[in-house]
Amino acid sequence: MIETLLAPLEYSFFQKGLLVAALSGALLGFIGVYIVLRGMSYIGHGLSHSIFGGFAAVQLFAAQFYAVGAALWGIASALAINGVTRRTRIGADAAIGVVTTASFALGVALFAKFGTSGPAFENALFGSILGITTGQIIGLVAVSVLAVVVVLGRYRALLFATFDPEVAEVSGVNVRRLEAIFMIVLSLSILATLTVVGVTLVAAMLVIPAVVARMLTDSFGRMLMLSTVIGTACGAVGMYLSYFAGVPSGTMIVLVGAAVFCVVLAITGGRGLRRSAGLDTHAGPGVPGVPATTR
Amino acid sequence: MTGTGVGPELIRLTGVNAAYGHHTVIQDVSFHVHEDQFTGIVGPSGSGKTTLLRILLGTMRQSTGAVVRQQGLKVAYVPQLETINWNFPVTVAECVLMARPQRGLFPRTTPQDRRDVARVLDRLGIAELGERHIRDLSGGQQQRMFLARALLRDPQILLLDEPTSGVDITTRHDMLHLLAELHEDGIAIVLTTHDLNGMAAHLPHLVCLNHRVVGEGTPAEVLTPDVLEVTFGARMEVLEHLGMRVIIDEAPQQRTA
Repeated sequence: MIETLLAPLEYSFFQKGLLVAALSGALLGFIGVYIVLRGMSYIGHGLSHSIFGGFAAVQLFAAQFYAVGAALWGIASALAINGVTRRTRIGADAAIGVVTTASFALGVALFAKFGTSGPAFENALFGSILGITTGQIIGLVAVSVLAVVVVLGRYRALLFATFDPEVAEVSGVNVRRLEAIFMIVLSLSILATLTVVGVTLVAAMLVIPAVVARMLTDSFGRMLMLSTVIGTACGAVGMYLSYFAGVPSGTMIVLVGAAVFCVVLAITGGRGLRRSAGLDTHAGPGVPGVPATTR
Repeated sequence: MTGTGVGPELIRLTGVNAAYGHHTVIQDVSFHVHEDQFTGIVGPSGSGKTTLLRILLGTMRQSTGAVVRQQGLKVAYVPQLETINWNFPVTVAECVLMARPQRGLFPRTTPQDRRDVARVLDRLGIAELGERHIRDLSGGQQQRMFLARALLRDPQILLLDEPTSGVDITTRHDMLHLLAELHEDGIAIVLTTHDLNGMAAHLPHLVCLNHRVVGEGTPAEVLTPDVLEVTFGARMEVLEHLGMRVIIDEAPQQRTA
């Protein structure tokens, strides 16, 4: 029994895959807390598709720099969403829908017209954890370090800006700059993990660990820690199970996350649901240009 | 309660206009806040109260006119309770501590941070609630928590948006007394309200606003039928009871009689 369980660890590609899956789960769980609490759960779905569009488009013009191009494409999309949400009457969900689907469609249209599919394109779509290169691992580690430095280094300011952006602004937090920095980190995190779980599943790993953590605690600090641990565990266990089940790793990682959600829901019951009930509401600032009823 | 404002000037607005797109919300507003001022900005919904508050806060820019703030002015703001996501995962202590800038790369709560949070929570009578989730507080306790967060910044001026909106009579009384105490401690206070009898009539200084300043002065000076009619667009009767102004909204049949 134990020999069977340890068998995959004899392969170096699996060891590497296990490490990358755990790290990806940790990174998405860590960043996902802010996404979920901002009521922007859909952004993971949108940005991953947007970046996929970027992959497709950039491959046509500079295939050797596809990662850099896709990163810039993703960052531009994230900043556009942030800008549209802040400056107009359009809510975050609608802005995400418009900007990212347009980006995705543009990339696919360019690709359909001029391109042919290549490995980077396929990997971005479905994820290819076992074929991950050393460069991609270094990229993932670098983005993880960047995310930790940004989030912990600006912990209170980020918490304040997420909870109550208008008062945060008055209290000396440069909310716009902080949001822009966070969007860049988010885009890079999605890009770095796309090859692990694939476009269609990266959104789930941004949201599931954070929602499960929210169901377990009422403290922000504990939620951040729990979400990271849950993301790590889902990544590692999902990777492990995918070996035995013979299904893609990304699929199994998300299925493990969904199973954890169901178990925690069953344990916490109504209390957990009450805690996570407000995750789709966000007390945003008064959007300049939009008269509020109280004015 | 004093507070009509004779001390050093903290903020001065001169001929300020503000708009959202092409929709002008406040017109030609001139108004100043002094160090010992306790002012209520009174007006109906949509009259520009929150916009004026945002200009005082500096989170919104005027389209024309001048806003001058004392250099290094420390401002704190208490938002409307209705704008907050009360299911957000923070405890009372975590919420209060947001106002304290982080020092260093690691988000460590220092012993000094803990002492200061305990001090302001104690000052506002909610010392025992620090570990409670914000959703588990009453309306009055939620207001006190935000006041505690504001006080952690050691402000010279405190701005509050509709602090008694949606709270019961007891909580409203508590809030008035608490604000009076903070004012006595030397904090200038400016708040918005549309509650004439429950709030405005008790304040030492009022600015009646309906896109422009309709009247400014003590309640005895501005809570008059003429000023209120221009401010609220409805005829009101003003009575005197134990030295306080009591405003009665005239019924439609009285208006037409």
